[in-house]
Amino acid sequence: MTETQPAPARDDPGRAVPAIELTGVRKAYDAFGETVAAVRGVDLDIAQGEFFSLLGPSGCGKTTTMRMIAGFEEPTAGRVRLHGRDVTGVPANRRDVNMVFQSYALFPHMSVFDNVAFGLRRRGVPKDEIKERVGAMLDIVDLGGRERRRPAALSGGQQQRVALARALVNRPRALLLDEPLGALDLKLRQAMQVELKRIQREVGITFVYVTHDQGEALTMSDRIAVMNEGLIEQLGSPREIYEHPATRFVAGFIGTSNLLGGEVGELAGDRAVISFGPDGRIEVPLRDGTRPAAGERLELTVRPEKICIGPDKPADGLCGVRGTVTEVVYLGTSTNYNVTTSAGDDVVVFLQNATSAEDIAVRGDSVWLSWEPRHSYAIGAAR
Amino acid sequence: MTTLTTDPAPAPPADPAPAVRRRRRPAVLHVYTLLLIAWLILPIAIMILFGFNDTHSKQNFRWEGFTLRWYVHLFDKSDLTTALVNSLTIALLSTLITTVIGTLAGLALGRHRFRGKGVTNLVLFMAISCPEIVMGASLLSMFVTFNLPRGYLTILVAHVMFSIAFVAVTVRARVVGLDPAVEEAAQDLGAGPWTRFRLVTLPMIMPGVVAGALLSFVLSIDDFVITNFTSGATVTFPLWIYGSTRTGTPPQVNVMGTLIFAVGVVIAVVSARRSLRASR
Repeated sequence: MTETQPAPARDDPGRAVPAIELTGVRKAYDAFGETVAAVRGVDLDIAQGEFFSLLGPSGCGKTTTMRMIAGFEEPTAGRVRLHGRDVTGVPANRRDVNMVFQSYALFPHMSVFDNVAFGLRRRGVPKDEIKERVGAMLDIVDLGGRERRRPAALSGGQQQRVALARALVNRPRALLLDEPLGALDLKLRQAMQVELKRIQREVGITFVYVTHDQGEALTMSDRIAVMNEGLIEQLGSPREIYEHPATRFVAGFIGTSNLLGGEVGELAGDRAVISFGPDGRIEVPLRDGTRPAAGERLELTVRPEKICIGPDKPADGLCGVRGTVTEVVYLGTSTNYNVTTSAGDDVVVFLQNATSAEDIAVRGDSVWLSWEPRHSYAIGAAR
Repeated sequence: MTTLTTDPAPAPPADPAPAVRRRRRPAVLHVYTLLLIAWLILPIAIMILFGFNDTHSKQNFRWEGFTLRWYVHLFDKSDLTTALVNSLTIALLSTLITTVIGTLAGLALGRHRFRGKGVTNLVLFMAISCPEIVMGASLLSMFVTFNLPRGYLTILVAHVMFSIAFVAVTVRARVVGLDPAVEEAAQDLGAGPWTRFRLVTLPMIMPGVVAGALLSFVLSIDDFVITNFTSGATVTFPLWIYGSTRTGTPPQVNVMGTLIFAVGVVIAVVSARRSLRASR
């Protein structure tokens, strides 16, 4: 195989020609005389060598988007480009991308070898080279010595790896994976996540990964596009998506987030200050140049692990909100506190059990929640 | 069958009884199974046996000793041989035509949604459920109306007509069970429509195609009712046998029956072993 490619330029994906480029892509279906929009306008640049995830709930358009890249669906509007070449209208068998299907879709009547060799034979690769490349690829996916088996004689995890080898052996410009781990049990799924990432690094091919599992997307991806109702809600690195959710949907879909809201009291420099309850105070850094007017309602989110819990009013520089503990759940490595704030919002707090020998608060305690202002994120209204 | 009803132990009264019941149940099951097999096989065994009967009368109903005479003189009755050849060629041709058309119909019905699909399914169902005697009579009146001379060709047309539905239904069942992603995978790996069909779709529906073809062959080779209406002066194997019963059926008929049966057994065994191997 080729050597590992240099890490993709994440900060500037437009610098080189992107491996995959979608511009204004829409897809509408006719269902019972009605037009249903599956994808409502997606613009996307995926860089060469990137591990890119399309994440979203079922029906959000992520699979349709992937199928348009593969060539199984044609966009109603917009263009699809692979390495700068416009492939809109080109059928799947003449696109230089390969797909790993959710059901694996192995050829049941062929041996593992014939399955993996299928793509190479279609392209007229010489016999010796086929033998060598298939063997090498089966070694990469740890299936050496099982060439003669039928898919039915393999376990789910092995079938999965045959499907991966069958696609990768063709050295496609990009590999498209449609929820490939969905049918595996938890342990195997976690092992395969690490495995997939290793294989991707090893072969240096662009991976586009469709999943509804946020954990999977966060673990493996260089960048994630969170989709909802046919649109991309947010696009960024796992850290950006998790720590700076741009919309209420993203905040709710990825991890646990606490949604708080209040009226903007004053603007202090690049921060909006929200008075919260009788003596609570939250500062929200204003990003992307948004400037809410005083008195406007602002929603914000804080991740549960960023919040501290204590009996006393926090120092002036911190955000502080008063509340009552409604539930304490001990989880071994951490403890969850459910707190209802004085304004009536429910807030979840995760505290690591690193030092504390006993719970900081018990049910019914009146407490202060505090966090650093940089951990509050103003989010856009739900679309 | 009376042994069956008396054999099972009466409801056991006390504690050790379940063990007794467990031991006796398989015996009952064995007896029942053997009886059923005997019931199915007896007529065939009689047919095979009387192919070896050293009969000297016109009738072949009484055992008169063993001989291989009828195997040696199998093709002595030239009109019987002609009838057999007619039956075999009609069955082969009709199977060939039926399998191609029926497979394509089954593929379309199993895979695609199209205008008239419901009607097609209904027509197929009607072709299967329609009483043969009705179909035969209506075919005859149709051929007469269109002034088509009855004979070899009309038999063939009739056989193709009533077998297509069976192939289409068998193939459709197989196609419906396929994961559409498998064909997409083939396309994704660079296979055009024809390669896809040849290397992926056809091998996967092959068990259905073979089953449909066998069914079609069997339906054709022993069809009497419809053939009788559409044959004109052409005689097939079943028609010849029917005609001969009035004067006495020669033992050659038993021998031919035996040979056809033997071929059927071989095909059944081979296909069973193949499907067993494929499932491994």
